Amino acid sequence: MSDCRRQWNREDELPVYLAGPISTGPNQRKSFGMFSSVEGAFESKTIDFDNYAVGRKGSRTPRSGSRERLLDTGEPVGKTPSEGREGSPSGDETGSERLLIKGGRVVNDDQSLYADVYIEDGLIKYLQSMIIPLSFPHPYANGRMVIPGGIDVDTCFMKPFLGTQPVDDFLQGTKAALAGGTTMIIDHVSPQPGDSLLEAFERWQEAADKKACCDYSLHVDIPQWNESVKDELELLVQEKGINSFQVYMAYKDLYQMSDSELYEAFSFLKQLGAVVLVHAENGDLIAQEQRKILGMGITGPEGHPLSRPEELEAEAVFRAITLGNRVNCPIYITKVMSKSAADTITQARRKGCLVFGEAITASLATDGSHYWSKNWAKAAAYVTSPPLSPDPTTPDHLHTLLACGDLQVVGSAHCTYSTSQKAIGKDDFTLIPEGTNGVEERMGFVWDKAVAMGKMDENQFVAVTSTNAAKIFNLYPRKGRIAVGSDADIVIWDPDSVKTISAKLQQSAGEYNIFEGLECRGGPALVLSQGQVVYEEGKLQVQQGTGRFIPRKHFPDLAYQRVKFRNQVKGKQGVIRGMYDGPVYDVVPTPKYITPSPSAKTSPTSHQPPPIRNLHQSNFSLSGAQIDDNMPRRSGHRIVAPPGGRSNITSLG
Amino acid sequence: MSSSFRLRCSPEDDCSSLLSRLGSDSPRPRMKYGGMFCSVEGAFENKTLNFESFSPQTQRRRAARTRSDSHDGGDAVRGAGQTVVSITSNHPASFLSACFQGDRLIVKGGKIVNDDQSFYADVYIEDGTIKQMGENLIIPSGVRTVDAYGQLVIPGGIDANTNLQAPQKGLNPTDDFYQGTRAAVSGGTTTIMDHVLVEPGMSLLSAFDQWRDTAEQRACCDFSLHLDITRWHDGLYEELETLVKDKGVNSFLFFMAYKDKYQSSDSQLYEAFWVLRDLGAIAQVHAENGDIIDEEQKKLLCLGITGPEGHVLSHPEEVETEAVYRAVTIAKQANCPLYVTKVMSKSAADVIAKARKKGMVVYGEPITAGLATDGSHYWSKDWATAAAFVMSPPLNPDPSTPQYLTALLACGDLQVTSSAQASFSTAQKAVGKDDFTLIPEGTNGIEERMSVVWDRAVCTGKMDENEFVAVTSTNAAKLFNMYPRKGRIAVGSDADIVVWNPKETRTVSAKTHNLTVEVNILEGLEFRGVASVVISGGRVVLEDGKLNVTEGSGRFIPRKAFPDAVYKRIRARSKMAEARGVPRGNYDGPVHDVISMTKSVPPTPTSRGPPCPKTLTGSRNLHQSGFTLAGSQVDDHIPRRSTQRIVAPPGGRSNITSLS
Repeated sequence: MSDCRRQWNREDELPVYLAGPISTGPNQRKSFGMFSSVEGAFESKTIDFDNYAVGRKGSRTPRSGSRERLLDTGEPVGKTPSEGREGSPSGDETGSERLLIKGGRVVNDDQSLYADVYIEDGLIKYLQSMIIPLSFPHPYANGRMVIPGGIDVDTCFMKPFLGTQPVDDFLQGTKAALAGGTTMIIDHVSPQPGDSLLEAFERWQEAADKKACCDYSLHVDIPQWNESVKDELELLVQEKGINSFQVYMAYKDLYQMSDSELYEAFSFLKQLGAVVLVHAENGDLIAQEQRKILGMGITGPEGHPLSRPEELEAEAVFRAITLGNRVNCPIYITKVMSKSAADTITQARRKGCLVFGEAITASLATDGSHYWSKNWAKAAAYVTSPPLSPDPTTPDHLHTLLACGDLQVVGSAHCTYSTSQKAIGKDDFTLIPEGTNGVEERMGFVWDKAVAMGKMDENQFVAVTSTNAAKIFNLYPRKGRIAVGSDADIVIWDPDSVKTISAKLQQSAGEYNIFEGLECRGGPALVLSQGQVVYEEGKLQVQQGTGRFIPRKHFPDLAYQRVKFRNQVKGKQGVIRGMYDGPVYDVVPTPKYITPSPSAKTSPTSHQPPPIRNLHQSNFSLSGAQIDDNMPRRSGHRIVAPPGGRSNITSLG
Repeated sequence: MSSSFRLRCSPEDDCSSLLSRLGSDSPRPRMKYGGMFCSVEGAFENKTLNFESFSPQTQRRRAARTRSDSHDGGDAVRGAGQTVVSITSNHPASFLSACFQGDRLIVKGGKIVNDDQSFYADVYIEDGTIKQMGENLIIPSGVRTVDAYGQLVIPGGIDANTNLQAPQKGLNPTDDFYQGTRAAVSGGTTTIMDHVLVEPGMSLLSAFDQWRDTAEQRACCDFSLHLDITRWHDGLYEELETLVKDKGVNSFLFFMAYKDKYQSSDSQLYEAFWVLRDLGAIAQVHAENGDIIDEEQKKLLCLGITGPEGHVLSHPEEVETEAVYRAVTIAKQANCPLYVTKVMSKSAADVIAKARKKGMVVYGEPITAGLATDGSHYWSKDWATAAAFVMSPPLNPDPSTPQYLTALLACGDLQVTSSAQASFSTAQKAVGKDDFTLIPEGTNGIEERMSVVWDRAVCTGKMDENEFVAVTSTNAAKLFNMYPRKGRIAVGSDADIVVWNPKETRTVSAKTHNLTVEVNILEGLEFRGVASVVISGGRVVLEDGKLNVTEGSGRFIPRKAFPDAVYKRIRARSKMAEARGVPRGNYDGPVHDVISMTKSVPPTPTSRGPPCPKTLTGSRNLHQSGFTLAGSQVDDHIPRRSTQRIVAPPGGRSNITSLS
């Protein structure tokens, strides 16, 4: 480390004309980011630059050139990185494999510095000032910012709803992502209850390998919790490179898990070293509210936010955090949409809970007033859950929390359905497929609403759009950082470009854009994905299937270092006592009113149980355990007062 | 308030400033309009008694009115010169005062302390109610005088949470209605509200009747009943309606803990709250997350922790906090008033305070044990001591919790103090000597409650005497609609009066207390403030340290629905909170054709072997079945198509065709 520090200092003394206003003085910005509170977390994750010095390559090798890629599409890409080893990164490859970005200001989450970036074989090879250009092309950054490509951790490009697929599949979706400066997405694998997680994962991976234009990784949603899921989870974590799983607290009778199941799931995932994503809404109450609101005759999209008020989100977040804290497992709340939910996370973090929060494009750029639009199609386009908060000050608040580090990640929750698909729910808002667009606009709006407003600096911008996500999901430093050895997913960011969002101009296939007409400052001028220029001056040049699956290791440091220590500290110990030798009350099974199944006997007041009995209440379980297992049995006893009063059957005889 | 009253009061106070040093050292009478309930417009006005009517000139009017209310056939003479004496002495025995007839008392020289003000007055009691208040009362001769000089005269305490009969795991509490109310009276509590525990599957009405019968035979002080609903279903509605409208029960407790036994799910709570709101009742919750507790208990038992410390380890504070938060959310959604019983931790209390700040109608109740001691005793080397403290939610190990709860109580964020009395003998507790989950839960506290609040809150300067009366009596009376019959010293109120001696101290010990249980969790603690005389139903039941109670003298106090203090706001909100739809034209665009192709939600779990080798083992949670008798299916909302070719059946295509 000291070596590399010295090296940087030397760089800083280099020609003044390159050194910008930031790196001139001795007081170069050296923010260690909000995550440095963990001792050593920063140290171990910063790249050892010496490793990447000339002639000594790291163990990781690049994927080879684009020519092979076309051929590769069939096989699962990225699983066998050692293949590319024979293609040594010499100069005889095509020109497109080597790039030099000159004169830009490299912005990472911890510091900004003026440097040229030399890219070869999809990796960053040198990061120095004044690299002498050779004969290969070099986009001239011209003092603009060079930032790590964005990572969008929350997309659903294949999430089926009643058999329909979103209109943006991996191709359309990743194209939109690249056009917005996002070079990596993490998509949700959403198996239905009863499906095998592994099969679903393979289906998703296959589709993404064929279509994705940028690197991707996958979260797996757990639709229901049972024993067989455990084995699959273990396999996914150990062999498939998945370290994040989503559980649902909403969608009653479909995906929802009870608190006990959540507790078990959290305990299990913690052992595996995975990050738990939580969709936090109280599904029980939502179901009740939906019934009520439909009963009132409200069937339009305004019923959606009415049936999912902000309190239910905040409550579920609170519960998820409590569960996580009990289990000592890191929790990641997807889609924080309301102030109160965000505040709940903030407070929990103050108390030291391991919880991360993700704001999404829609909640950062617009609010829920549109649900009351007279235009059904428009109102329906905003339907997502948790819903956008009707409070117009919500976006501001969320930006503030992002800027101060209380929320960490910006996702998009991109899941677009066409208006005709949304119209499945034209007579019943509960059937409207949920999802909004946002993958393309994500980076732009964070810049526009946070950086351009002075809430956030450029380093924090990089942190929330890319680095934090990479750290939480263990992609760092391969993604989320511009450093020697990192993947060449780089964006040249133009802070001054202004564009007006419109469905006509977007890459996404959806015919409606919820940000329609909003103006957005800041956008990518040039996007490099795996060292290839894929977007330049508004033109997109992508090849279907170039995206690789990025496997992620378990036990991400950022989330799990603290867990490990807490585990050691938190050991519980009993009190050593002598045996209790006093009298023990003889437990007489006094009239037990707990009948295994509700008796049909008429009670004295002759109120029969209702026609719709709630059979969920049964105490029956297959384990053979009975509710009175804990009571010692007596051989026999006379029932003096049987439940329901004495019978007078003897008088009949 | 009339100005004449103020004029009357201040000279009074001045002349006896010697005595007023006890609590309020300001020379002026305390005229606090800002009780916590005054945020409701007009609530205060209606409920404060019209003191003008107590002045000699106007007293006739009031007396006449009471008379014509109670029995219409009374003598019609209302001459100008008629004295109060003649009215009261001619008064025939009312229906409930048969046993109190002729028991006339005057409490002299004390300082009357109500929740809104304190003043000096004598109180004349006849037939179990307060007949006159003021100075220089004209009273018949031969009336027994209770001397209250230098002491406070406060309304008798109301203990809003006792379990004197509720069995736990087949064990009955050692202190039943007789022992329990005896102890209550000795501590200055003259009304208790007991919890009727209705076991799942049992009829609410029969349980209520059983409780009421027992209590009427045994109780020595007035009582009222809450109902604990352990298994909610829609069919309870009729019984609830009967209970609320005919039986005088307006509060129902739900458990969020005790998984698989008493626990209610969020849906059930929501439905129940909704019903209670319509009926005008108050929802109470035992707030702890039963699911988490269950898992933690399993984990701790696996770790080999079987002693009482396992109880507090498996019921951590955050589990309570989470449930309180959830209950508040559900109540907010159902727009139902919520009363959280047994607030035991700082963070749970904070959640309530915050919710109140957001305007929710929620009330919190700390208990004697939580205010007086902390949970460090769970780690006691003596098993019996440790086990005696077992209750849930457990006492918090954080030693600063009692002070914090007292502070919130003083500032009105928490409103009611109760005891959560449920005493089990050491032999009964020893049922769980090898497994802490079997230890019956409950502590004593019914006797010490008032003294604890006085010592911890008033003596430390956190609270004044009026707030003391509010949290020990008046607030409970208001919330549960017994006000102003209980919870106030005023003409017409029940004669439940305590003469409180703030100077005396007593040391709590199991040897000297009036319960039968052999352990007292407050053993050895000294408390200032003691009830020197207790009058219950117009009879002196405690004097000179001697208890003189009659078994079965307690009456059941029915409580009406829609208590004003609670429901005024709820009513206004129900009007405001109506959601309205947006009138739109019909959507006439294209609609995507729903092919229910990937509908793979089987109504019952399939037994097909999943691709992974292991099949389902162990205890499957059959509670998860989507089966209902209503005939509704999980896919009812999906429009049906007549036939469809299944292209990709759930679980992949079968290759059964290759067999042929």
